[in-house]
Amino acid sequence: MYKYAIKRILLMIPTLIGAGLLVFMLMRMIPGDVCEIRLGGTGLMVDKEQIEICRDSLGLNQSMAKQFYDFAVGIATLEFGDSMWTGRPVTEEIAIRFQLTLQIAIMATLTAVIIALPFGVISAIKQNTWMDYCIRVFSIAGIATPSFWLGIMIILGLLIASQHLFGEPWMMPIEYTPIWEDPLANLSQTIWPAVAVGYRYAAVVVRMTRSAMLEVLREDYVRTARAKGLFEKVIINQHALKNALLPVITLVGIEFAFLIGGLVVTEQVFNLNGLGKLFVDAVLDHDFTLTQALVMMVVAVFVVVNLLVDLIYAWVDPRIHYS
Amino acid sequence: MISAAVFADQIAMYNPEVNDFAAMLQAPSLDHIFGTDEFGRDIYSRIVHGARTAMLVGFTAAICGSTLGLLVGVTSAYFGGWVDITVQRVIDVLIAFPSIILALAIVIILGRGVGPVIVAITIPLIPNCARVVRSSALAIREIPYVDAARAMGFGHARIVLRHISPNIMAPYLIMLTTFLGQAILAEASLSYLGLGVQEPTPAWGLMLKSGAEEYAESAPWAVIFPGVAISLAVFGFNLFGDAMRDVLDPKLRDR
Repeated sequence: MYKYAIKRILLMIPTLIGAGLLVFMLMRMIPGDVCEIRLGGTGLMVDKEQIEICRDSLGLNQSMAKQFYDFAVGIATLEFGDSMWTGRPVTEEIAIRFQLTLQIAIMATLTAVIIALPFGVISAIKQNTWMDYCIRVFSIAGIATPSFWLGIMIILGLLIASQHLFGEPWMMPIEYTPIWEDPLANLSQTIWPAVAVGYRYAAVVVRMTRSAMLEVLREDYVRTARAKGLFEKVIINQHALKNALLPVITLVGIEFAFLIGGLVVTEQVFNLNGLGKLFVDAVLDHDFTLTQALVMMVVAVFVVVNLLVDLIYAWVDPRIHYS
Repeated sequence: MISAAVFADQIAMYNPEVNDFAAMLQAPSLDHIFGTDEFGRDIYSRIVHGARTAMLVGFTAAICGSTLGLLVGVTSAYFGGWVDITVQRVIDVLIAFPSIILALAIVIILGRGVGPVIVAITIPLIPNCARVVRSSALAIREIPYVDAARAMGFGHARIVLRHISPNIMAPYLIMLTTFLGQAILAEASLSYLGLGVQEPTPAWGLMLKSGAEEYAESAPWAVIFPGVAISLAVFGFNLFGDAMRDVLDPKLRDR
């Protein structure tokens, strides 16, 4: 187990180096650079000399090898540098948005788990009944519905409902308020994107829960438990669900890691200033330092969550022995 | 949906790209059953023609993504050793890399339009298929007929393409059908961000972008119908994928 954990931790290094190399090359392949956009964005004729001065100040005129070396050393020493667009430290730019994205990711996960576990279990227990069919349609529809469209529908529904109920349309606040400052204002802004994303997330988890439960319910020890005369409730909760939860935990972990960098379009719909929007802005602004730092952060979260999920899996399930 | 894409010219009531400023943002009626958008274009006709874009992007990306994934996965498993280790590390990187950002960068590098969108959607699909296929190919590699083919002096390419790949059709087809829905959703997302298919080409994500931003409240039909079209298309392909999985995966036959 320890050997496996050490091997997995060591395997994270090439993944991180590869991701760093990929984002470094991709950003340099994009035509133009941040200086051209920043200085040319006013629509005025820009002196080429000014662009060169800007490039020099940002280190863009250095050789590729030197730029990559600086980037790699920066990542290794956790010195991410300043944003090429705003000039503010990258860590500061990320920290402001991280709170919002993390909160929505946690709320979406809670929404998904609260819906998915009972639905998945009921669907498996009542296999091939109308309840199972309804839940399966619910889950396939959830995977098919684009979260951003569901978001638009939620906004539209709120506008129409508030117009009918209160006589004037209500829009969720645009400015982010931390939950400890004003929980009501915070939740009135974050609950809607969490629901929009949570539905798709729930749909994926329902399918996994159902499938895992069906597998476990056919195991011999469940049959033994039934033969012993145990109550069905005890069999489901104590014997089946506990074992079926393992793949579900894996999926929830992976989906959660995905949400940290994957809320791009949903944030756009709800006009949220989270990591997804920051990601798109950074790429479009050719902000190399910020994009590189964001990618490395998302990749690091992804590989660490994957590692933790695998280790938890091995720790919880005695049948799994990694070598 | 495939019929809508094939017979779009016959089914559509109007030209999907022609503006009619006398009929802007009209509610659904007998003339325009799904209403019109802010340029007076018939939404029903744009949805029908949008099916072509969705099919083109969906099928091309899914077929290319799963086929390239099959080749990468089988080659990695067949050669093993350092080839396998290197390929697996590259796959690790691509799976961990945020796919929307990869797609975004590819679209900016290659330019906007259908072709770059297909490339941008295909690349993130490859590692997912390669990983699944590799695990099946590892088992096939050990079967004696592969040794027999090698003993007969067949080249690596022939063994990979003619002897191993055809035996991994089940996971390949399952991945392909799963990718169809994913590719349609990805295309809609990219178009919604303004990075996919460009105006005036009819595309569902693009219709949501233009309809959603300003007219959602006054002309909700402009956002409802394209979204329903995306959902129904992906729903259909997911059902097809599930059916395919039930048929091809022996472990799932009883469920």
